[in-house]
Amino acid sequence: MALPDVKQELTAARLDANAVPESGAWLAAARADAVARVQSMGLPTKRDEYWKYTDPTTLTSAQAPEAAVFEASDEAPLYDTIDRLRVVFVDGVFDAEASDDLTLEGVTIERLSDAGRADIHWAKDLYGVLETKGQIPVERPLAALNTALATDGLLIHVTGTPTKPISMIYRHKDASSDAVLHHVVKVEAGASVTILENGPAAARFNKCMEIDVADTGAFHHIRAQGRDHERRAVTHMFGRLGTESVFKSFTLTANGVLTRNEVVLELTGDDAQAHVAGAALGDGAFHHDDTVFITHDAVNCESRQVFKKVLRNGAVGVFQGKILVQPDAQKTDGYQISQSLLLDDDSQFLAKPELEIYADDVACSHGSTSGAIDEDALFYLRSRGVPKGRAEDLLVLSFLAEAIDEIEDADIAADILGRLEAWLERRRG
Amino acid sequence: MGLDVEVKDGVEEATVEAVKDLSTYKYGWETEIEMEYAPKGVNPDIVKLISEKNDEPEWMTEWRLQAFERWEKMTEPKWAMVDYPKIDFQDQYYYARPASMTEKPKSLDEVDPKLLETYAKLGIPLKEQAILAGVEMPEEERKVAVDAVFDSVSLGTTFKDELAKAGVIFCSISEAIKEHPELVKKYLGSVVPVSDNYYATLNSAVFSDGSFVYVPPGVRCPMELSTYFRINAENTGQFERTLIIADKGSYVSYLEGCTAPKRDVAQLHAAVVEIIIEEDAEVKYSTVQNWFPGDEDGKGGIYNFVTKRADCRGDRAKVMWTQVETGSAVTWKYPSCILRGDDTQGEFYSIAIANNYQQADTGTKMVHLGKNTKSRIVSKGISAGKAQNTYRGLVSMHPKAKNSRNYTQCDSLLIGDKCGAHTVPYIEVKNNSSRVEHEATTSKVDDDQLFYCRSRGMDEEEAVALVVNGFCKEVLQALPMEFAMEAQALVAISLEGSVG
Repeated sequence: MALPDVKQELTAARLDANAVPESGAWLAAARADAVARVQSMGLPTKRDEYWKYTDPTTLTSAQAPEAAVFEASDEAPLYDTIDRLRVVFVDGVFDAEASDDLTLEGVTIERLSDAGRADIHWAKDLYGVLETKGQIPVERPLAALNTALATDGLLIHVTGTPTKPISMIYRHKDASSDAVLHHVVKVEAGASVTILENGPAAARFNKCMEIDVADTGAFHHIRAQGRDHERRAVTHMFGRLGTESVFKSFTLTANGVLTRNEVVLELTGDDAQAHVAGAALGDGAFHHDDTVFITHDAVNCESRQVFKKVLRNGAVGVFQGKILVQPDAQKTDGYQISQSLLLDDDSQFLAKPELEIYADDVACSHGSTSGAIDEDALFYLRSRGVPKGRAEDLLVLSFLAEAIDEIEDADIAADILGRLEAWLERRRG
Repeated sequence: MGLDVEVKDGVEEATVEAVKDLSTYKYGWETEIEMEYAPKGVNPDIVKLISEKNDEPEWMTEWRLQAFERWEKMTEPKWAMVDYPKIDFQDQYYYARPASMTEKPKSLDEVDPKLLETYAKLGIPLKEQAILAGVEMPEEERKVAVDAVFDSVSLGTTFKDELAKAGVIFCSISEAIKEHPELVKKYLGSVVPVSDNYYATLNSAVFSDGSFVYVPPGVRCPMELSTYFRINAENTGQFERTLIIADKGSYVSYLEGCTAPKRDVAQLHAAVVEIIIEEDAEVKYSTVQNWFPGDEDGKGGIYNFVTKRADCRGDRAKVMWTQVETGSAVTWKYPSCILRGDDTQGEFYSIAIANNYQQADTGTKMVHLGKNTKSRIVSKGISAGKAQNTYRGLVSMHPKAKNSRNYTQCDSLLIGDKCGAHTVPYIEVKNNSSRVEHEATTSKVDDDQLFYCRSRGMDEEEAVALVVNGFCKEVLQALPMEFAMEAQALVAISLEGSVG
């Protein structure tokens, strides 16, 4: 079906704005395919059902809207006490000086901009491949755009169990930067890796990560999206899970004028486990969208989606979650919860928690709630001498606890909690 | 058989057999009667012809023509999880009436006995008698006034005089357009606007008949009102329009039933129901939808595209939708509540059973506009065979709907491994004093519950019966007495009777 004119123009203008980076044979082919996908799908508009609650205009425009640079010193430090391998990108450009040496036992880390010059590379079987699979049944043109235009990223091949996490730090220094990064993570059988991400990245950031977890492999991911007020981000994670593999991802988002985080997972091996969680704190001009699509394609798998949002001063929280259980995916255990705490009357919570089930021996459930802070609980705390502001914070933290509990590593969880408390404290001023 | 599927442990063979029974459609016979048709297809001339046949005033004809003009520019909605061959809207009859109805009979006594027999066979009493479904009860308690719609025309309405004494107007909509134009003009299209959606717009252009109810202020309607729709003629679409107005402080309970003969070719049914509820008034609307579902290979059946909406205009108005959806090859139906007044209440109770190749995409919309508004949604979907059953709903809390509440529960039960159960809720909360809770589960008959029942000495069959029974009970209990019998009989065929 031909695309409407509006979409054709939008798509052409966006593709014209950035040149497809020069690359070697394998990557050039993947990019050419992606350009064709973008052209046939067209970039999204507000009229698309999948963008009903989030206006993609500023994500698809040819020029990135400006975003004032936020002073990093204002941000509570994160992961400082954790031994990690630092990889720093400034406005989407690799910063060799600020980064650690990329060698680490049990893992090979290469940059896309280097490996992409080769004629052939192992990442050929994954780069743009999982993204393409993830376009069915719902199209995600911004991910295909990423595959076509990504200037850099990391290709991480995990063969063992590295002693420390790989920490990607995204700094934002240019008010009009428009960054496109694409990572590929391949976790071999029995291997295990933890990836940390944090920072605002750029005025506009389009990031894609493709993750292949082989049988009995494990992938842990903890992300903190920065406090840059004006930045915009669209991120995609495409995961394929083998037998008895584990995939766990947690995202903390505090501020940012627009964030759309999509997670698209396919459980292809029996007994796989996928947990996706998120905690978002929004204040003022904040629009945060979690869109999750989990497909169960194997027997006896478990998936969990836990998303909590605290919103105030006109902040908007969106959750679109889906569990799709294919006909043979018997004994599936699917759980999904999305909750929002609206701290005032101006904020909004928009949710579409979906189940699509074609197997009969499954237990799937979803819950979604929205409401204000519990006055009784507040009264109780105040009657015990806790000041109002602190009492509110305690209730906010207890509300977010279920999501934060999804982080397995206690040190990292403590760090994330610290950042949360700092945010609340600052807020109370 | 349509149920050549592997059935899991815990789902009794008897249950499966009983679900199969659903495909033995009891109302599949046809009344052989001389019919009068308008030419096939739809165009302004047909619209005018329908208007003319109903002897309508000019404003009504104009209204229809404008709707038709809009419809021509619209496209069919594609978002529902239903899949059916493209409908050729020009290959349908839009108007069919029994030849004996050319001259409208003055009373039911003059109606062609063949037609009366049809309804008698369906168990719908058209004589003003106090008997329904063979149960005799004291006259005062059991009265149900019936409007019988046969293809495109209303045959007649019972208990008219008695209702008139109470001030209640209950007649066919074609009659209302002539007799009460001021009411029709004021309310028609005020809840479901002409251009609301593709099927509602088509209905606005070509609706041929339907029911009209007006309950004056402070009146509690002395009996249940009921409309029974029967599609009989082949290749005929039924487009009925129902308009219910409950004036201040009034109360009415309304029942709707429908059946159609078995045919290989799918037939179209696109109805619109509008309900206006003023201050302190209450309306209960119950449906047992039992259109022909198609045979076990998915041939034929009714395509049921229905727009139903209630507008709680005055403060403290209340509406309750209850539906038992067992028929139709394709169902596309979302009875909705607009909670406009303060302290208004909307309730939606639904059981949707889909078997063989049936597809049901149904649910509700609760639009909270006024303060302290409350809504409750309880939806039970049961899929068997190769059927697809989708709950699709919206709960919207507008910024001004302070202190409002919603509770939603959608449960799905799968019998067999070739069917599907889906849940697509939309939740929009735009103020923080409102509470919204949504829960959904999908499961097979729960092993723990079965085990519990068995450990208390029940045999497996009884245990399954109890569990499945419990699964539907919340909705069955919401049905008015007068309807509960038919509904329970229907669900019993498919589930309860099978295992107990």
